Amino acid sequence: MSARLKRDWPLLLMAAPMMLLVWGFWWIPALGNVIAFQDYKPYTGGIFGSTIVGFTHFQLLFADPAFTRALVNTLSITAFQVVFYFPVPIALALLMHSLVSERLRSMLQSVVYLPYFFSWVLVIAIFQQMLGGAGLLSQTLRANGFEGVDWMTNPDTFILLVTSQAIWKEAGFGAIIFLAALAAIDPNLYEAAAVDGAGRWRRLWHITLPGIRPVIVLLLILRLGDALNVGFEQFFLQRSAVGSQASEVFDTFVYYSGVRTGDFDYGAAAGLFKGVVGLVLILAANKAAHLLGERGVYSKS
Amino acid sequence: MSANAKRAAWEEKPTVGGQALKGASIIVIALLILFPLYTIALTSLSSSETVNRVGGLVVWPGDGITFEAYEQMFRNPVVLRSLLVSLGITAVGTTISVVVSILGAYSLSRPGSFGHRTVLFSVLLMFVIFPGLIPVYLWVSAIGLRDNYLAMILPMAVSAFNVVVLRAFFMSLPQELFDAARIDGAGEFRVLWQIVAPLSKAVIAVVTLFYAVAYWNNWFNAFLYLDDTSKWPLALVLRTYVVESSPLPQASGLSTAPPTLAVKMAIVMIAIIPALIIYPFVQKHFKKGVIIGAVKG
Repeated sequence: MSARLKRDWPLLLMAAPMMLLVWGFWWIPALGNVIAFQDYKPYTGGIFGSTIVGFTHFQLLFADPAFTRALVNTLSITAFQVVFYFPVPIALALLMHSLVSERLRSMLQSVVYLPYFFSWVLVIAIFQQMLGGAGLLSQTLRANGFEGVDWMTNPDTFILLVTSQAIWKEAGFGAIIFLAALAAIDPNLYEAAAVDGAGRWRRLWHITLPGIRPVIVLLLILRLGDALNVGFEQFFLQRSAVGSQASEVFDTFVYYSGVRTGDFDYGAAAGLFKGVVGLVLILAANKAAHLLGERGVYSKS
Repeated sequence: MSANAKRAAWEEKPTVGGQALKGASIIVIALLILFPLYTIALTSLSSSETVNRVGGLVVWPGDGITFEAYEQMFRNPVVLRSLLVSLGITAVGTTISVVVSILGAYSLSRPGSFGHRTVLFSVLLMFVIFPGLIPVYLWVSAIGLRDNYLAMILPMAVSAFNVVVLRAFFMSLPQELFDAARIDGAGEFRVLWQIVAPLSKAVIAVVTLFYAVAYWNNWFNAFLYLDDTSKWPLALVLRTYVVESSPLPQASGLSTAPPTLAVKMAIVMIAIIPALIIYPFVQKHFKKGVIIGAVKG
């Protein structure tokens, strides 16, 4: 062992700054989740001097209508986006892959990847200027004698709004992985099928889609494993405009019940609940991927 | 450029309807992304008279271009300082993150070395176990980083995804190169600096872009930890001033007039422009599958 240490100390030295940051800002704070089981008094008790109350906070959570609403909103947004967001990157990838002209494809790629690098603040500012009460759409409608619309503050259409924002920002970049899968399909398969008389739709159905099926299944399972995550910033930023009824999701609930009102123990309990359920979902999703014969995210090495 | 040259001999001739549909979808997709950017840019370059006359965003060019809004924006000390803060945070943060991640990823690219598994699991478990907002908030506040610029850097300095991307690339390099260098007596630091780094320029460029974008766009850490509004980054100013339309904290005495739409759009442009400048240099690497290899691995 000392021989290995003597040989490998430069590698350890290289890992040291990363380990310092990872432990100092990830794993050590993670231990702070014990306050979810405490009657945490930030000033008088602290993490070591507060009384332990067991699962009280969790019992309160399930009796809290705001928490239930956050849970319901999160799950409905996930379900909605699996249906209406998930196919978009696949369709985009198919479109880009079908372009024969290298230059046109490259230009389109540059354009659709771009919004991925904008922040949510920017994306929401842009949507506000387009679809908001004082935005371009209302402005045009009013100029032509119609009534203006304001989709940025309407709780009823909020789920449509956040999904279109997600599509605008991320669907293009999301197409990358499907493009790679499409490029990996053996071109000889297409030729052989064409020689046998398969038209372009039959080739799409019998070669292209089966070819990218593993990636589709994997990403779909991953998304389901990530069902409790719908993004924090997007909802936090629009919460004051549409109200918490429609926009409260898990992460905003944690922020408002914890940081904003100062009930750190209660907020931490909500966060821990999400973390544990999320972990179970991810592990289950990975297991499901293996059972379906896909590689999954990780495998036993 | 003869597009048809690449079409295989066995492929059917494209139908007119199909081509038209494809062309139309490409135009619609491009417009959905580019049109908002265009009209925001044009509004930021329009005079306040033009904006008032139009009653909102300017769509049609022809009223002349002026940098009035940008001058106004830069006369506002809050916006100017937040821009400098953002540039500083992004430069320092990205440097720290990239150096730390390259070193860490290189050490992780050598399975079987001393302590390898501990380091690897510390990083990999970050994908599935999260400390949660509240514990991190309490911890960062407790260790005295409130109102410290470091609170905007250290909590997000290591991205497990970026480390894994780098590691996967380093491991894909031919190992004989390293063995040869080591036989010649080169230490790990020299191998990394003289052999690995020059071969990994593309992946390092991509990771640098990801880190830089994350720092440039981040406002939430500033929102959580900076009570002193003079330390605010541009993204938080954008959120307060443009998205929430709230007055800027210290600007009240200085600029009595509410921000005009043109000034708001000028701030949006300033927030977008760095991404627009760096993006073309890096995006060609996306197509080479730099990220994909790691995602699969």
